[in-house]
This record gives sequence, C-alpha cells and structure tokens, in this order.
Amino acid sequence: MIRFAIALLAASAMTAAAQTKVLTVAPGPDAQERIQTALLDAKPGDTVQLAAGRYELTDGLSLDIADVTVKGAGPARTILSFKGQKGAGEGLLVTSDRVTLRDFAIEDTRGDGVKSKGADQISFLNLRVEWTGGPKETNGAYGVYPVASTNVLIDKVTVKGASDAGIYVGQSTNIIVRNSTAAFNVAGIEIENSMNADVYGNTATHNAGGILVFDLPNLPVMGGHSHRIHHNAVIDNDTQNFAPKGNIVAGVPTGTGIMVMANRDVHVFENRIDGNKSAAIMLVSYTQKFDDKTYNPLPRDIIVRDNKLGKNAWDPQFKGGSMVKALLGGKVPPIMWDGVTTFAGLPDVARVRISDGPVLNLNLPAPGDIDRAKPTISPTVGEVQVAEPKAVVLPKAQADLGA
Amino acid sequence: MAYRLFTDAGGRHANAGLTPYALNAPLFSDYAEKLRFLYLPPGAQARYRPDGVLDLPVGATLVKTFAYPADLRRPGERLRHVETRLLIHQADGWVARTYVWNAAQTEALLKRAGTRLDVRFTDGQGRARIIDYAVPNQNQCKECHQLDEGMTPIGPRARNLNGDFAYAEGTENQLAHWTRQGLLTGAPAPKDAPRAARWDDPAEPLEARARAYLDGNCAHCHNARAAASNSGLFLELEETRAPQLGIGKAPVAAGRGSGDLKVGIEPGHPDASILAYRMASTEPGVMMPELGRSIRHEEGLALIRAWIAGMKTP
Repeated sequence: MIRFAIALLAASAMTAAAQTKVLTVAPGPDAQERIQTALLDAKPGDTVQLAAGRYELTDGLSLDIADVTVKGAGPARTILSFKGQKGAGEGLLVTSDRVTLRDFAIEDTRGDGVKSKGADQISFLNLRVEWTGGPKETNGAYGVYPVASTNVLIDKVTVKGASDAGIYVGQSTNIIVRNSTAAFNVAGIEIENSMNADVYGNTATHNAGGILVFDLPNLPVMGGHSHRIHHNAVIDNDTQNFAPKGNIVAGVPTGTGIMVMANRDVHVFENRIDGNKSAAIMLVSYTQKFDDKTYNPLPRDIIVRDNKLGKNAWDPQFKGGSMVKALLGGKVPPIMWDGVTTFAGLPDVARVRISDGPVLNLNLPAPGDIDRAKPTISPTVGEVQVAEPKAVVLPKAQADLGA
Repeated sequence: MAYRLFTDAGGRHANAGLTPYALNAPLFSDYAEKLRFLYLPPGAQARYRPDGVLDLPVGATLVKTFAYPADLRRPGERLRHVETRLLIHQADGWVARTYVWNAAQTEALLKRAGTRLDVRFTDGQGRARIIDYAVPNQNQCKECHQLDEGMTPIGPRARNLNGDFAYAEGTENQLAHWTRQGLLTGAPAPKDAPRAARWDDPAEPLEARARAYLDGNCAHCHNARAAASNSGLFLELEETRAPQLGIGKAPVAAGRGSGDLKVGIEPGHPDASILAYRMASTEPGVMMPELGRSIRHEEGLALIRAWIAGMKTP
C-alpha cells in the first residue's frame, strides 16, 4: 500500500514557524540524503548547519524554502565534494527567496557550482567554489551563478577553475559583487544581461579575462545597464582561454583585463589593471549574427576614468591583434574601443568617455568589421557626461548580513 | 493514511475511480514503462482547454507508476514497479510526492530526498542493462513541474490526450472517453481538438513527430515561464520563432554542454547541433534533460537528428 504522510503536507502549508531552529548535518554515509532532507525539512527562519568535514555527494542538492540560511564551518573546513556526481546540472540549486549561503566550499561539480534561479535577496557569503584539477575545459561552466534573480549579494567568495565564468550574474537586477577572488577561470567575474551591478573590491587574476560586462540577444532579459566597476584589482589575467567553443566567453582574448560588450551606462573607474597582455580595458560590440530587433549590440554611455594601469596590451590576442600591433609599430595602447557608433536600424549614437589614455580607437564601421579598421590613437576619447548610477542598495536585512 | 488508489498492496490493480491514460509524446525516463491514472473526486470534472494542461479541479490526483518489464521487447510482462508518483491538486496548489517500491513489491514508501536504484532489464536489442535509476527529490519534482511560482501537471494536455486508448471495454479516443464518463466538460469532438503527433509513429510527418517529442521532453523547462526560461531556448509546440527554437542560436549558459558547437540547431547538420549533442550525452553538466534519465534515448535522438538533417539550410 502507499502510505501517505499527511502530517507533512499540513506542516509545509503552515507559514513561518514561531520558533526557528538549527538543523545540523555531519559528514558520513548517506550525506546526500541527510543534507537534502534537511533542505526539505527547514522552515522559514531556520538554519541548516553543515558541520566541518568532507561530504561526498552523488547528485544535485536543492533548496526551495524561503528565509533559510545554509551555513558551514568555513570554506576550508566544510567541503561539499561533487567528484562523484551522477546527475543534475549543478551542485546546489536555490529557487526560494531570502536565502543565505555561507561559510562552505563546493568542489568539482560536473556542471555549475551553486546556482540561484528566480530568487530574491540571495546572498553568497564567504564561499569557495573550486575545480580542484585546475583550469580544464571539462570543468563546469559557472562557479557562483545567480540568474533571473533580484537583490544579489556576493561577498568574499573565491572561485577557481570555471570553464566559463567564476562569478556569473545573469538576467538579474540590483547586484553587489565585492571582496571576492576569481582566479584560473575563463572569465573571472561576468555581469550579463543585468541591471544595476556594483562590482568592487574584487581580485580577478590568472583568468583568461578578468571582469566582463556583457549583453546578449534573444534572451528574456536584455538591455543590460547601469553598472559600476571600481576599485578592483585586475592583475595578470594570463590563463589561456579554455572555454568550450560556442560559448560567448570563448571569444574573450586571453589576457583581457576588463571587457564591456554591448550594455549602456557602464562606469569603469579606479581599478588597478596590470599584466594583461591583450588589453587593460576593451569596449566592443557584439559581433555575431543575431535575429532580434529589440537588441542593441553596441556599448554606449560608457565612462572609463581614473584607473591605474600597469603594463598591459603588449601582445594582443584578439582577431587582427598582431596586424594592429605591426601597424602601430609594436606599441599597442592599453585601452581599446572598437569605435562602432551606429548600428543599422537603431536611432541613437553610441557615446563613450575614456580619460585613461592612450586609447586605441579601431573606428570600425560595423561590429567586428576588423578588415575595415582605421585605427587611431589619442590620449583620451569622447567628452560625454553620463551621471554615475547610484550605489546599489540592498534591503536592510540583507545588507546587514556581513561576510 | 492510505489513499486506496489500488485494490491490492502491490499496486497492480487500480481502484474503480482511477482512469488509465497515455500521452502521445511522453517524457523519456530511461525506458521505464509508465502507468498513468487520473483520479477525480466524485462529481468533479476537468474543464477542457485547447492549450496547456486541462483545468483539473481541486482534489484531482495524477498517479504514475514507473515500471520495467524484464525484457523491453515484451512490454507489460514481468513488470517491476520502481516508484509511484502522485501529483495532488490541493486547495493551495499542486504538490508532488514519490513512493519507492520495495524489492518484494508489496509496499511503496514516501521518499522525499531522492535516491538511486539499480534497475536491470533486457533492452530492445536484447542486451542486458543495469542502470543507475534516479528517484527525484521533492524539489526536483518542481524543477520540471514548475510554472511561474507554482507547480503544474505537464502531461494531460488536450493535444497529448487526443489519441486512442485500449480500455478494458474497448478502444476509444481518450478525450471522447473522458467526456462520456463525465470526467471532462467542454471538449469538442476529437477531430476538432488539437493533437500532438505520436512521436514514435512513422506514419506521421517527421517534423510533427520531432516537435511533439521536444514538447514532451524539453518544453516543461524550456519555456518562458519555467526553469530554463533564462536560456531563451523555448521548445513548446506553439513556438515558431527560429532563434527561440535553437536554429542558429548561440548557447548562453551551456558551458561544456556546448560540446564545442556553435548553435543549438544547425539546419541540415545534426552533428553541428548542440541540441542533438546534449541529448546524446549521459554526462551530468552536459546531458539534457538534466533530470529524469541516466541513459540515452536512442530512438528519440534518432528522430531529432533526422529532423535536423532534413531541415533546409537557410
């Protein structure tokens, strides 16, 4: 006969319990089922405490209860290992609101590390997501991966080895990424098809590209805008791009510091950018074919100012890079703009202001039309005044969490 | 408490209140046979809808037993029941539960956190197979059954039910049968209702079969209101836009799932199409669907490859 636990249903239908509790899980046999059961049993306000140790997991974990904290004993001590993973697209999936994930590590997932989808007030604090075999094409795509989420806080996380982006925020709104480290990924930090991101105080190093701000066509959320990328250390991004082809980041030249593709109203300032052989900063259009009349492929209203630039752009890896280098007598400016200002069917003219010269303007007539480049070099480019977006403010309870 | 869905402990004999049904384009689940039943509270009726899932009343319960015959070439014989899933329409929405059958096949117990089971059978080519069958955890039920914030059944759509079923008292179109039995109201004659092609009926047009297959196997996540909305790849039967169907569409968050290929569907070239690549894979992080299978659906893959191969190059 089929026994039916009616009491369970009654419990899940109740609203927030008066008393919150801590559900503790320790490593050992059946860790998969014990952690997952805790993630199902938690009630709003509860904490799922993962004791120190190593958890060998075989399937994806998921959380769909609002107002839950999942907490470890620190990213070096509580380790969720997915080396033996047999199923699911990620290690841990969160689909509920006001969830905080903190103080643990996720290792060697077969797909993405930790993902939130459609979550409001999602916080990733003091986490480590790592593929322990180093950078490999067979590693999962994203380390920390909020998508279609609102009020996203990523603070003090470390991501290593992602075959796409270490920290990837997609189709989301109101975002803070700070005090985090992304190393040995294809892209360190990527903000894609999103609105209002503050990215500051991070270190992006030994990736193929350090920090990317992208907008892509044919997606439910498009027209990314209003980002501030500031006070980051974007240093020695020198890992050969190892992304599987087809993915947009496979086109990021090895040795790129900061790259803005499409998007509006992006402010890049007071970053330290050094040791990136292709470019310190690149502003480029989306160059692939697309069929989407609502999409604008140009970067526009972009401000680049007061960045501290070290040695960059000595060996540009982008298409036509060696030609450009030869043309310029071997000396390539650290900042490059493709110079596309208009696009068929779009009324507005793309404007930028780059005050950290020298700047290489390729003056392309159309996105990616490198064969018709008319490169010019100038100390600065553009004078457009664009008000800086206001600092991102998260709801108070989330802002007060602290990593 | 027991639901008394079945008259015997082993769940082999459905109670009189259960109506068995089948779908034109079901989800592939590692070659499991699925025994589906609809329960409606006495007097309650489902209301017809031409699109989407039928409007099922509160109290409606969908029952689905996953079972393996000893030999796939002899369906229905020597069936081992693996799990029975219930989808129950409560006043505040649908809930999903799954019950795993014991080895003795005498009892099925609620399993909320999912598990893996060894399942053995002889496949269609006569090979002995052992698979690592995954029972989903309760959240994973929702990953597939999510629509906006809530949960929904997937299968019982008019177009999926518009086909014949061999009832004990004779074969009849399911929409007609449900209407005659008073289970369904508002349905037109079957010939005037939408119908998804039977994916495995070679007499039907290739494209209709392929689109029905994608609708049944992918579209529960790959639509604008569900788990894969952010992919921009939408595979419902109603979708007509080429990029949304994957034609010439670059991947977004596929990672190594792209298999070094550039677009979802490259017309004329299944080997250059990510869609076929991910259907062929059994590696987590690559394979699609992400949940619900651990082995390849050879026949489904062949269908999709043939459809892509026959597409005109633009």
